[in-house]
Amino acid sequence: MTEITAPLSDRSVSFHTSDAAEKRLRARYAAEKRFKAYGVIAIAFAVSMLAILLFTLFRTGISAFWQTEMQLEVTFDAAVVDPKGTGNPADWDRGAFQGLANEALYKAFPEVTGRTDRRELRGLLSPVAGAFLVNYALENPAVVGQTVKVWLPTSDGINQIAKGNIDRTLPESNRPVNDTQLGYLDRMESQGAIRTAFNSTFFSASDSNYPELAGILGATVGTLLTMVVTILLSLPISVAAAVYLEEFAPKNRLTELIEVNINNLAAVPSIVFGLLGLAMFLNFFGMPRSSPLVGGMVLALLVLPTIIIASRAALKAVPPSIREAALGMGASKLQTVMHHVLPLAMPGIMTGTIIAMAHALGETAPLLMIGMNAFVTAPPTGFLDSSSALPVQVYIWADKPERGFVELTSAAILVLLTFLVAMNATAIYFRKKFERRW
Amino acid sequence: MPITYTVGTLLILTALGYLLGRRKAVTVAGGNIASLHSVPSYYGSFSALWVLLPTISLVLLWLALKGPVINWAVVDGMAPEAVLGWANASIPPGELEAVRARVAEGAGALTDIQRQLLLINITNLAAGQAQYVNPAVVDILRPAAAHMQDLRSLTDWALFGICVSLAAAALFITRGKIGPAFRARNNVERIVTFLLIICSLIAILTTVGIVLSLVFESLRFFTKVPVTEFLFGLQWSPQTAIRADQVGSSGAFGAVPLFAGTLLIATIAMCVAAPVGLLSAIYLSEYASGAVRNVIKPVLEILAGIPTVVFGFFAILTVAPFIRDMGAAIGLDVSSQSALAAGVVMGIMIVPFVSSLSDDVINAVPQSLRDGSYGLGATRSETVKQVILPAALPGIVGAMLLAVSRAIGETMIVVMAAGLQANLTANPLASVTTVTVQIKSILVGDQVFDSAKTLSVFALGLVLFAVTLVLNVVALRIVQRYREKYD
Amino acid sequence: MDTQTMTKPAAENGTKSAKMSARGVKVFYGEKRALHGIDVDIYENEVLALIGPSGCGKSTFLRTLNRMNDTIDICRVEGLITLDGADIYDPKLDVVQLRARVGMVFQKPNPFPKSIYENIIYGPKLHGLATKKDEFDAIVEQSLKRAGLWNEVKDRLMEPGTGLSGGQQQRLCIARAVAVSPEVILMDEPCSALDPIATAHIEELIDELRENFTIVIVTHNMQQAARVSQRTAFFHLGDLVEVGNTEEIFTNPRDERTQGYITGRYG
Repeated sequence: MTEITAPLSDRSVSFHTSDAAEKRLRARYAAEKRFKAYGVIAIAFAVSMLAILLFTLFRTGISAFWQTEMQLEVTFDAAVVDPKGTGNPADWDRGAFQGLANEALYKAFPEVTGRTDRRELRGLLSPVAGAFLVNYALENPAVVGQTVKVWLPTSDGINQIAKGNIDRTLPESNRPVNDTQLGYLDRMESQGAIRTAFNSTFFSASDSNYPELAGILGATVGTLLTMVVTILLSLPISVAAAVYLEEFAPKNRLTELIEVNINNLAAVPSIVFGLLGLAMFLNFFGMPRSSPLVGGMVLALLVLPTIIIASRAALKAVPPSIREAALGMGASKLQTVMHHVLPLAMPGIMTGTIIAMAHALGETAPLLMIGMNAFVTAPPTGFLDSSSALPVQVYIWADKPERGFVELTSAAILVLLTFLVAMNATAIYFRKKFERRW
Repeated sequence: MPITYTVGTLLILTALGYLLGRRKAVTVAGGNIASLHSVPSYYGSFSALWVLLPTISLVLLWLALKGPVINWAVVDGMAPEAVLGWANASIPPGELEAVRARVAEGAGALTDIQRQLLLINITNLAAGQAQYVNPAVVDILRPAAAHMQDLRSLTDWALFGICVSLAAAALFITRGKIGPAFRARNNVERIVTFLLIICSLIAILTTVGIVLSLVFESLRFFTKVPVTEFLFGLQWSPQTAIRADQVGSSGAFGAVPLFAGTLLIATIAMCVAAPVGLLSAIYLSEYASGAVRNVIKPVLEILAGIPTVVFGFFAILTVAPFIRDMGAAIGLDVSSQSALAAGVVMGIMIVPFVSSLSDDVINAVPQSLRDGSYGLGATRSETVKQVILPAALPGIVGAMLLAVSRAIGETMIVVMAAGLQANLTANPLASVTTVTVQIKSILVGDQVFDSAKTLSVFALGLVLFAVTLVLNVVALRIVQRYREKYD
Repeated sequence: MDTQTMTKPAAENGTKSAKMSARGVKVFYGEKRALHGIDVDIYENEVLALIGPSGCGKSTFLRTLNRMNDTIDICRVEGLITLDGADIYDPKLDVVQLRARVGMVFQKPNPFPKSIYENIIYGPKLHGLATKKDEFDAIVEQSLKRAGLWNEVKDRLMEPGTGLSGGQQQRLCIARAVAVSPEVILMDEPCSALDPIATAHIEELIDELRENFTIVIVTHNMQQAARVSQRTAFFHLGDLVEVGNTEEIFTNPRDERTQGYITGRYG
């Protein structure tokens, strides 16, 4: 006991200012510094991962907005294009256009004659260049029978080499374009017959097996239709549920059960909602597979808890004085809620809804379950059509082996992220603009 | 008479009901509106609601039941000869005997799969898509297809007729009720409140729907594969053969490798997310200045808002090759679909989730405890480690459980970055598969809804649902109790 | 600020040496000035009471004495405060060490959610006051005895400190502060959350603690100030109006604001 009482009673030398205490203090501060460093490292890790993610997407995706094209002198031989001679574009032999493009390519390289050599040469041109030629001829029907210089997409390999996505100094066996083809490419480039043009196909076309023909229009339309169904179903139902639970519900077992339910639904894995959609909507009710209607219904159930929770918070934030004021004027409970409380809570509800919709926009797994990974080459025209969605398109393209789909995937993600940023920015704007008026 | 016309007609009738109800009220008031119990628009709404609600419920009910009912009527109405004729052309000879023996029962002689196949043929024919149907059976099935078309148009017309009569009756009855003493507002409000209750019940219906669909299909699965084999079997290879004589026709449905793979990846994810998320939360709430917080928090929110499919792509594009190259550099053989890559990326995805939950929990620790500790001469880190974290422990445990549940249920990252091969291993460099990957890979592409293979998906889904549900209930309860302690 | 020339600020009455002294202390919260220049000395082994109406700055001043204000981002302190002649706002001085020497007891009892035993040894463990189990046991016993709590809790040292009654919790907090063996103990309205019996306990305790510690206590309650303190300082709207022997302040205040306050005209 005596050695303990010493520091407590001896006031001449404070224990806390002794040399031993100073030394101890230095060790404690070293530990403090280390701990703080852990925090900095953790945050730096999270932030740098986000930076790397975004940087990678930009680096690989940005080139997809451009497409390498080659200029060829195409002869639209009337006998080939229009074998029936009716002059009606509907009677054209569309399959023959690829041949026209190939002929034009052979003409540009007259010295290449052998079968295998020509096949190698054809490797420069997109195997679906004919489709572009058809569109060109449809827009300018007068070209039939003439010889015109036309810009046509190159093959995926050439496209990637020209844009620098594939290193041309790699050993020949490691790249899709061999040395001879590189020679052809360089020759055309020196003649000014190679250019990089804006890839409008990416925005105007739907899915395709050929990267140069693939676009996001179909998936975007599918996503929009799905989102329309989702918001039309989820918003009214959620707001009604929130109003009931927050303003009307008596405190009993049933409402308690509903509340527990909502909290748990919010944490159910999204793929389980997909299974629900599959078993209920598709198999039991026989609704159309792959349709935006079913996709929207599944996503509506998915976001329901989120919007209900946000709406309840918004309703709760309306001060009771406003309710009392309205009730005191002789308004009924329902009138009070509809005329006064709900309008005041609306900004908060909208913010929550937009954030929930942004979440639904990125959902992929439940849509896969109900078949929205359909291979759709034209945009859906209605809620019952087979359709895809943007995140699903990302998934489908990420799975494809062609090098060209890597940049398309990244580009599609960039578009998806743009939508998400826009939605979140709107939500923040709402929150700022309508902040508390009381 | 397509449904859209029926609905359009009903909407017009609803508007009409509103106008008529309102006018009746004004008329009975005889110029003295104040003599009415409610404002005239409530009388209009009263009529309109009674026109709309019963009829629209009927339409929805019929939309839900139409498919199954008509299919049942068409197939059961087929003549035995037609069934046999179709069976001769469409069923493998091995199964034909059974059908022949019981053909007197008509379509009752068919198994569920055969019935589905028959229905697909009839539906295609009825839709005018004969090119998808085996030409040999087109003529045999024509009567059934015609029957289906007849039933469809007949029922649609019947629905239209019933709805319009119901609406008319509602118009007539409500009109009769309207008088000065009639409490229209109270009636309307009662109906609206009822609708509100229905909406809040949808949350429960969703849960019931999930449980029912998972349980029923799982029960069908467990008649083919014993529960014990599913839960404790060590072999998972769901590939059942199409023909009975193929090799390995039975498939194996021991889900332990899937559970193990899911746990392995979730563990790796938590090894990344737990320290990074928790330490970021601690730094943000205890060390960072307001300015730093205002920058870092939105950045973490952006990370939280990125769709998981994007993280999946990030995994296959960047992280998996990086880990493989690192492994190769130190002489390790890393699978290109390693659990490590999927787990790390999933961890990155969960970081903002853990961090924001932990942040809430840490901020709920009262300032007075911090003051008490600082007042005794503790440094910040000592305060965090010895006072704040122990005080916040229950909340942090709850947050971690929620994060684990999130990791277990996550689909897209593992679908893209993890493998399909069900390996039972704890090696993070090897390729494993997870519950969600199997659900996705079995269901996408395969549509025959009777094989053990497709049904196994629902058993997996049930396990997934049950596990995440338990984790959530426990976690939410812990967090809630923790909150109450400091409120 | 030149600390060298001001190491020993002149004591007010020259007889005792000042343990702590404040010269021209101003405190700002952002743009708002909460204290307008406080000069006061705190002598060893005495109880100094800080009184005044709410919002007068007495708690703010108390918190500057062990730099608890550091935890508030927007708070800024000007002027000189010394402990044994050394400037406590000197950047070279260590705040952790300062708080070990100048302990604090808060308005609301705030025991850590740990056992009574762990609450007491928290500080000694941090500062390395002891290393062995029996040393810790001794500290716990001695501190609890000093806080007058030993007999009530000696059989349940391992139970959580949060399970005690309010008065016991506050005495536990005092024991916790005493266990670090500080030189000065600051008390911020330690009895405001307690009932009269618990308050009487604490007041008795404060009087006993004076033997070993220098104590500064903020209080709302003038009778309490009169009972426990030797000297009293009256704060008003961020100014130190008057400081002197407690008896003098209460019987013969020099300033009319002090008089107004102690006679209950405002406050």
